[in-house]
Amino acid sequence: MSAPLQPDATDLAILRLLAGDATLSAAEIGRKLGMTQPATWRRIKRLTEAGVIAGRRIVVDTAALGFGVTVFLGIRLAAKGRTSLEDFERAVTAIPEVQTVQHVLGQFDYRLRIHARDIADFERILRRRIMTLPGVGQVEANVMLSEERRPGPL
Amino acid sequence: MPDATDRRILRQLLADPAIANADLAERAGVTSASLWRRLERLRETGVIRAIESRIDWRALGYEVQVSLRFTLDKTEPRAFDDFMAAARKVPEVTEIQTFLGTVDLRLSVIARDMAHWQQVYRDSILTLPHVSDSDALMLVSTIKDVQELPL
Repeated sequence: MSAPLQPDATDLAILRLLAGDATLSAAEIGRKLGMTQPATWRRIKRLTEAGVIAGRRIVVDTAALGFGVTVFLGIRLAAKGRTSLEDFERAVTAIPEVQTVQHVLGQFDYRLRIHARDIADFERILRRRIMTLPGVGQVEANVMLSEERRPGPL
Repeated sequence: MPDATDRRILRQLLADPAIANADLAERAGVTSASLWRRLERLRETGVIRAIESRIDWRALGYEVQVSLRFTLDKTEPRAFDDFMAAARKVPEVTEIQTFLGTVDLRLSVIARDMAHWQQVYRDSILTLPHVSDSDALMLVSTIKDVQELPL
């Protein structure tokens, strides 16, 4: 990747608006920031090309779609070794209920985000899918109660 | 409640969030007029809460991402409120979750490099109130990060 983009105050203001609503047009953003549509569009294009604006996130009400339970899992592998990491990663990414898999350093080797219909469904996923993963050792589960995304240093 | 067609639309949209409406209509097997109406209703009823741009912090020079897990001192009745109010004031915090389980709370924190991380940790994290225990998981790599649900 090229050197990180050094955004100015206007870039940050654009990012702040888009991080709240990706469907805003360049004209609407320009109006809010007192800029012309073409000038705003050029900045959005530059931020997108630099990879700073990296796609969209559709925030859905998971409970309304029948997924009432979100669980964060910490997994420690029992036996470490190159092959077992690859086997584990291949198997864990294939589980449809697993949205996120991150390789981490610390008390655990991996952290996962899982969506289940209810606690009984989560138990099924845990027993049939997670505990049977190759190399899986210690597993810690935390049921999410609330979530808040922050704008970050924009 | 979303019906089978809404679910089909959402399945396609979550699989490819940047999809153009014309392609989405085709993949979900609906007309563009019907798609527009259904998306409007999904937004009005709050099934779709928001459509946000994803910011890649690495592209802005934030190389370090840490998952910080906390247990709070529950003898203090305002522990959660005080902790969260203070965490919201830290600009490097990008996510706050609360849990039922071994840990009470989790923060996603970003930093430019290890020197900056050390500064954020000392100045803004260690000073958070009512913490009885904490540990850190440092991100090595993201293997999977999708928005799809098995609808």
